[in-house]
Amino acid sequence: MSLVDTRTPDPKKFIKGATGDWEMVIGLEIHAQVTSESKLFSGSSTKFGNSPNSNVSFVDAAMPGMLPTINEECVRQAVRTGLGLKAKINNRSIFDRKNYFYPDLPQGYQISQFKDPIVGEGIVYLDMGKDGIVEIGIERLHLEQDAGKSIHDLHPNMSFIDLNRSGVALMEIVSKPDIRSSEEARSYIAKIRTILRYLGTCDGNMEQGSLRADINVSVREPGGEFGTRCEIKNVNSMRFAVAAIEYEARRQIDILEDGGKIDQETRLFDAKTGKTRSMRSKEEAHDYRYFPDPDLLPLEFDDEFVAKLAKDLPELPDEKHGRFVSEYGITSYDASVLISSRANASFFEDVAKGRNGKLSANWVINEFFGRLAKEELNVANSPINAHQLGGIIDLISNGDISGKIAKELFEIIWVEGGKPSEIVEKRGMKQVSDTGAIEKMIDEIIANNPEQVIKVKEKPQLIGWFVGQVMKASQGKANPRAVNEILKAKLGL
Amino acid sequence: MSVDANIVKRIGHLARIKLEQENLDGLAGELNTILGFVEQLDEVDVSGVEPMTSVIPASLRVRKDEITDGGYADKIVSNAPLSEDNFFMVPKVVE
Amino acid sequence: MSDLTKLSLKATRDGIKNKDFSALEVTDSYLSAIEAANPKLNAYVSIEAEQARTMAKQSDEKLAKGQGGALEGVPLGIKDLFATIGTHTQAGSHILDGFKPEYESSITANLWADGAVMLGKLNMDEFAMGSSNETSYYGAVVNPWRADDSNKDLVPGGSSGGSAAAVSAWLCAGATATDTGGSIRQPAAFTGTVGIKPTYGRCSRWGVVAFASSLDQAGPITRTVEDSALMLNSMAGFDKKDSTSVDLAVPDFAAAVERGVKGLTIGVPKEYRMEGMPQEIETLWQQGLAWLKDEGAIIKGISLPHTKYALPAYYIVAPAEASSNLARYDGVKYGLRVNGDSIDEMYENTRAKGFGAEVQRRVLIGTYVLSAGYYDAYYVKAQKVRTLIKRDFEQVFADGIDAILTPATPSAAFGIADQEMAADPVKMYLNDIFTVTVNMAGLPAIAVPAGKDAQGLPLALQLIGKPFDEETLFAAGRVIERSAGLDFTPKKWW
Repeated sequence: MSLVDTRTPDPKKFIKGATGDWEMVIGLEIHAQVTSESKLFSGSSTKFGNSPNSNVSFVDAAMPGMLPTINEECVRQAVRTGLGLKAKINNRSIFDRKNYFYPDLPQGYQISQFKDPIVGEGIVYLDMGKDGIVEIGIERLHLEQDAGKSIHDLHPNMSFIDLNRSGVALMEIVSKPDIRSSEEARSYIAKIRTILRYLGTCDGNMEQGSLRADINVSVREPGGEFGTRCEIKNVNSMRFAVAAIEYEARRQIDILEDGGKIDQETRLFDAKTGKTRSMRSKEEAHDYRYFPDPDLLPLEFDDEFVAKLAKDLPELPDEKHGRFVSEYGITSYDASVLISSRANASFFEDVAKGRNGKLSANWVINEFFGRLAKEELNVANSPINAHQLGGIIDLISNGDISGKIAKELFEIIWVEGGKPSEIVEKRGMKQVSDTGAIEKMIDEIIANNPEQVIKVKEKPQLIGWFVGQVMKASQGKANPRAVNEILKAKLGL
Repeated sequence: MSVDANIVKRIGHLARIKLEQENLDGLAGELNTILGFVEQLDEVDVSGVEPMTSVIPASLRVRKDEITDGGYADKIVSNAPLSEDNFFMVPKVVE
Repeated sequence: MSDLTKLSLKATRDGIKNKDFSALEVTDSYLSAIEAANPKLNAYVSIEAEQARTMAKQSDEKLAKGQGGALEGVPLGIKDLFATIGTHTQAGSHILDGFKPEYESSITANLWADGAVMLGKLNMDEFAMGSSNETSYYGAVVNPWRADDSNKDLVPGGSSGGSAAAVSAWLCAGATATDTGGSIRQPAAFTGTVGIKPTYGRCSRWGVVAFASSLDQAGPITRTVEDSALMLNSMAGFDKKDSTSVDLAVPDFAAAVERGVKGLTIGVPKEYRMEGMPQEIETLWQQGLAWLKDEGAIIKGISLPHTKYALPAYYIVAPAEASSNLARYDGVKYGLRVNGDSIDEMYENTRAKGFGAEVQRRVLIGTYVLSAGYYDAYYVKAQKVRTLIKRDFEQVFADGIDAILTPATPSAAFGIADQEMAADPVKMYLNDIFTVTVNMAGLPAIAVPAGKDAQGLPLALQLIGKPFDEETLFAAGRVIERSAGLDFTPKKWW
């Protein structure tokens, strides 16, 4: 691929070095496990965590004479992902063999796509908050087989090989070298993960390895020629991605500033030390001898196939974000929080439908998501549903309860469940809007506090003290607006 | 294009076949004979010709996404030179 | 009772069906013949006597109940390249030491479903790489044929040398074989047997150890054209486990055998008239054309201009695919392992010890032509030439040619341990000069014994057909067979 610099150097992202400023250039290859029942080229299960070699067919174990047959669902998922990345879909693509020896690669080659991938160039937008929207180019997406797993710690001088993952379908999503900071890299991974999860094409589970990234890092003088890159293999958390990039950029800068040069190499991030190190086994110059897999024919489909998948695509995060802002009048920031997952977004919509958007967003984000996070729960297993939260918001909007009471009500429902309006009724939580009762309380308070009455005439903001007294007397149930109005009238403010 | 002992050695490593130093020159000679033979192809004008990707004019058939295979770890390792608990075993790999 | 091994496959089948003799009797006859001959001919690498007798008994039981398939009770030899469950499957290689697959190849499964009996596994060039069956880890196969008044051992051709020798020497009623560049047709030609390489995609490759995936195709070797038709009928068929298998109904090949050639246009490609071709081959070719003409075929000169380049292109494509296909033999999952201090050492030791010289040579060539900087010059170029070769054929078929007649090999069988061929690998490769174009274009072709050379050794002609038109090849092949009218039984010396 030809490298094109699409970004304007941004001094805020520069790294200070001894000899001057440096700029990072980052490109990512994300490996996303395709959500499917069976493997890319065999009928064995993709299930995670089964006993060794139990999800393995003779095809996966590369027994002599075994042949691959492609899983249609994986093709569909790759095309859907391509559509989600606003990318060019290639109606004809070719599977190639990537030849290298490794014990967890039973065929001695990985079936991948080299020259003619199923998906071409696309684009991903990152919302970098006050830095605005950043555009990251997608170079390509291709389908390939996952390798098995080598386990090194079961025996002092042997490695154990489990092929359960061998042949599971992966999508490799290759970005252009458009990323300029570790934060952008994190945001990019998060965005790709959100898109994949919206589409249901990958579960995005980084701990289980369903989503992992190879990160290409180089440094250069701001705006200068691209430097020599190092590839950090198999990074499986966003936190590690940030740490690995920061460490690697600094390492390269130190070498360059000492007059050294960067060797293009494959490196590994060690989470314990927070450092990257050269990978011994991958050190030799690679010569993968790609050629079209003669066991497979060209993969072809027509425009109609793509159009049908496009039609059935769910609303994607960017579109949803735009709609939330315009339809519910919420801030861009709130919209970003709400669309982080399809389930969250749809919970919000259930709450906000026919209600005040801003108030709904507030409650969903601050009270509801906040509480879920604290309890390590999610929308699916939350004790409060959208209907109940909507009920609470209705009571606020109607003036039946104050915000403070609403929080108490939320707490009650979180623990005990129940219908918000019934609870408010039964437990006498409704605010008092009866002006007669409020007037009576205010009269008493004015009569008992002559000094405060004098003070408030000089300093009108002291009215807050009177409001507090009324709320106390009413056990929080007095309608604050009514209290304010009557107080102002009686105190002559 | 012709190969020498060094290239043969490099190819041998790429192909993971241990070649004895004393055989490299002989092998280079044999490979050069074959490469010399195939160099006849230089006579052919292939401009505008697509390389063959499949000898039969068809596109790839797809398979339904169903679990139809696997679940026989014992058969997977039954021919293994060395295995334990249904794992294959190999000399320790250093990453 | 007369010798039950001296029957055609069809006569064997019919005899068993008519209860003239039992399947078990036939199988026992073959097993005794194998026992006597194999120490000399080395055609079988594994004799499965017990299994054969069990299968034969089952056939007899089925027939007693009025059941039974198209090949019920017919004893066959199986090339060692086909995976047969629980039995020797080592592709003639040391590297597959002790390998016994837990699965059955689609083709052999088809044969067993039709009632055939497996006698054992047949010797072959290692990983089907060779034209003399001398590259087998299990030693050379000896051709049952000898030149008149000579005791010199000859090669049976390769890579399906065991299959051809076994059929020729009456050690099985028919044999499976495979053909990547001529590995069915050349040994058939060297042993006076009939061999057909069907159209690419006609027979499933699932469970057949791969040599060069885009060229490999299985077929039968038998004693008659009709036997080949019967056996191919059982072997062929769509297999969804092989992505390159073609979803087409299998016609009744046997029904086409006596169809004749009246009105067919037979092409004679001028490019097959190679420099230095022995006169007797040329004569045989002309004789074949005359026979076809006598039976009503129209003979027409044609041109296949890229013929000359098929063999060099083949020696790029086949080793390239092989270098990748053979990467799985690494000492981890099955077969031979030669230990080393590191994983890489283990790989290198295993593959150095496990692969013979010819396989190593081809893996090295294949690795080289695919490696960085050479891929376009070699592999892509060869695949472009392949497009041109295929186009040559498409052109003549579009012009009305129904089949093409050529010699099958440039000579009769040569001696074992031939000095010239040992010294120069390309000399050996030239054996496939007439057969390899067909693999490059994916076409069907049949080799039919048609005459004998001055020393009394069999010579064959090759008929090349349109894609999926094996029927015409059987019909025309039968005309050659009938017109030649020769007995292709080798004189027994073993």
